[in-house]
Amino acid sequence: MSATQKMIALHGGLLGLLFVLQFLLPAYHHGNLARVMVLASYAIGYNIMFGYTGLLSLGHALFFAAGMYGMGLAVNLGGVAPAPALIAGVLAGVVVSAALGLLALRTAGVAFMIVTLMFAQAGYLAVLYFGAYTRGDEGFVIQQAQRIMWGIDLSDPANRYFAAYALFAICLLLSLWVVQRPFGRVLVAIRENEERARMLGYDVFRHKLGAVVLSGTISAAAGAAYGLLFGYVGASFASVQYSIFPLLWVLLGGAGTVLGPFIGTLFMFYLIDLSSGLTSAYMLIAGVALVVLTLFAPQGLAGELRSRIWRWLP
Amino acid sequence: MTKDSTKTPAATTRRGALKTLAAGAGAASLPLWARYAQAQTSEPIRIGFQVHRTGIGAAYGRWYDRTTMAAAQLINESGGINGRMVEIVAEDDGTDPKRGAEVVEKFASQHNCDVGFGTLFSHVVIGSAPRAGELKLPYFVVSEGHHVASGMLNRYTLQPGITDVKSQVQAMAPFVSQNLGKKVTMIFPDFAFGHDHRDYFTAAIEAQGGEVLEHIAIPPTETTFTKYFPKIPRDTEVIYHVMVGPAVLTFVKELGEFFGPSRPEMFGFIDSLEAVDIASPGLEFLEGSYFWEGNPRYAQADQSEYDKLYRAAVGVDANGASVSDPKDISTYAHMFGCWETLHVIKAGMEASGYAGPGDRAKLIEAVESMTDMPHSIAHPQGAKLFNGKTHQVFGHQYISKVEGGKLVLQHTTSIEDTLYPDEVDYTTQPL
Repeated sequence: MSATQKMIALHGGLLGLLFVLQFLLPAYHHGNLARVMVLASYAIGYNIMFGYTGLLSLGHALFFAAGMYGMGLAVNLGGVAPAPALIAGVLAGVVVSAALGLLALRTAGVAFMIVTLMFAQAGYLAVLYFGAYTRGDEGFVIQQAQRIMWGIDLSDPANRYFAAYALFAICLLLSLWVVQRPFGRVLVAIRENEERARMLGYDVFRHKLGAVVLSGTISAAAGAAYGLLFGYVGASFASVQYSIFPLLWVLLGGAGTVLGPFIGTLFMFYLIDLSSGLTSAYMLIAGVALVVLTLFAPQGLAGELRSRIWRWLP
Repeated sequence: MTKDSTKTPAATTRRGALKTLAAGAGAASLPLWARYAQAQTSEPIRIGFQVHRTGIGAAYGRWYDRTTMAAAQLINESGGINGRMVEIVAEDDGTDPKRGAEVVEKFASQHNCDVGFGTLFSHVVIGSAPRAGELKLPYFVVSEGHHVASGMLNRYTLQPGITDVKSQVQAMAPFVSQNLGKKVTMIFPDFAFGHDHRDYFTAAIEAQGGEVLEHIAIPPTETTFTKYFPKIPRDTEVIYHVMVGPAVLTFVKELGEFFGPSRPEMFGFIDSLEAVDIASPGLEFLEGSYFWEGNPRYAQADQSEYDKLYRAAVGVDANGASVSDPKDISTYAHMFGCWETLHVIKAGMEASGYAGPGDRAKLIEAVESMTDMPHSIAHPQGAKLFNGKTHQVFGHQYISKVEGGKLVLQHTTSIEDTLYPDEVDYTTQPL
């Protein structure tokens, strides 16, 4: 079996498994997996920038929230139907990520991290400041009647699962496709040695900007979907915590691997869910698990798989 | 997750019931459904308790937890609900709306809880309520937010144990305008909680013939406040403050330094100082100022018999601190809501003949049909009036004055002072 065939079998197998699980999982885990798939889409977006381009952002909550509020405000204030509202959310992500990319990419390294963090914090405070529209920290509900898209009620568990599945499948396949294309290869080249990529004649700035916009747009799509599928839009999703989460998920799962974001998100979700059943200090358990993984599997779970067994893993 | 099932000697246990059945000569002749019904009704009623164990609400969560456990124990000692024990299934929501929604799912789908209950912070309630509605899990919140009565939530979300901020704030205006002054400057945090105070109090004081001279919104990230105080107009008669969070001590200290010995009257919401000792160093400036209290923290001279029992059951001393640690100050103005909500759940389940999750709709209808809730051990904070259409309870509010480092009750509002026109009729929504 060639590497391409293996790659198709693995990723197709995951999508097939997730499809079948819809019919097998008990209600609680069924709902959890829908949530994980949307959050994993967010992590996939983050991975494009961090894992493949080497740009460490500490402000991705800005994109997630741009999508969530782009969608939510369109529905709540504009009375827009869910489908165009989703598009509004994605477009908000395009605009915000392009603007941030144009400004933040003038910096690099630690300065880039700080600039992205500050922009995200400004976004969070903007949500609070415009509380008359956003309801600030309280947030607002997307009512069930506002969540019926093309006659499909997205608050229904099966419909929600399939909607999350569709989003995840699109993001996963898009990510897989991008990293196989010359554009994706150049991103990896930039990550490995930016000066050499530039010397070879690649327009590094344009490629990095493309990565930021693609990453921000996928993150915004995830944010918009999260608000629509779970019926709530709130400022906590714009807080710094939600900038750190995708970083952790990607690091855990394996930065620079297509499957890593999903594995990391799933792992972290259940780590917190199960450990919270044991102790109120569950974040300590999560922290220790992270330290152990960082020590013994520094490339993340999928990264270790790639370096030890499946060298063809994209 | 923690569980607490408090046994009662009076109630029939499953083991006891099975022994009786086995020993009884006529047991074998019982039809199968009767045996099944016995086994089913011996199961405890599982109440999912969404609690702020971690995050910004942890101080509230700790006391909500103690109050809930004490109420469950009392209910079980009195025979439970419909003869069944109450089991509290607690899950930490991390004071986070995303986790809150997940916890609600866990109650409904994994723990097989009969109802969900408990949480305080508005964003957690608003983030969780849609899932409760979709899962048709009765969700009793103890939040004091206006989000229930505003119509934002759904038919499965109710707030029968604590009044909402709109009614609290508007009920303060008559007292403030008649006793403290008519020219008010408001200082509030620049987020939704502060905006609620700004909007409702401004309208209420204007209705009393007063006015708000200046609205001073403090950004939530602010750690020092001196630069805002020059904005307070000179002719201010009353400062209305609702600062919350850890910066409140700095706020009070800096306000004291700004005004010195001659200050205008001051009126605040105790939310700022829940779980904080009024006699803390730095809070001396509050001496002689007034506070709204949901329930008087200090045992008053005319303390009701119900407050005495409730206080003892939860383990709170006459100063509002834990009986085991005088430095562990309670969130007394809010936590009674857990006690009263559990008693409303009990009353609703008994009125509807609740037997299991299939009766959840009947439970909602039973609670919606409630109106008067008399002052009793089930409602130790005071009598209440429930509005089944808006799913919101209304009740007396208390205004206390800081005297000698203690809060002394000055005024109790009527329930009528807290009423406002309905903004929603949840009973029109399908169950």
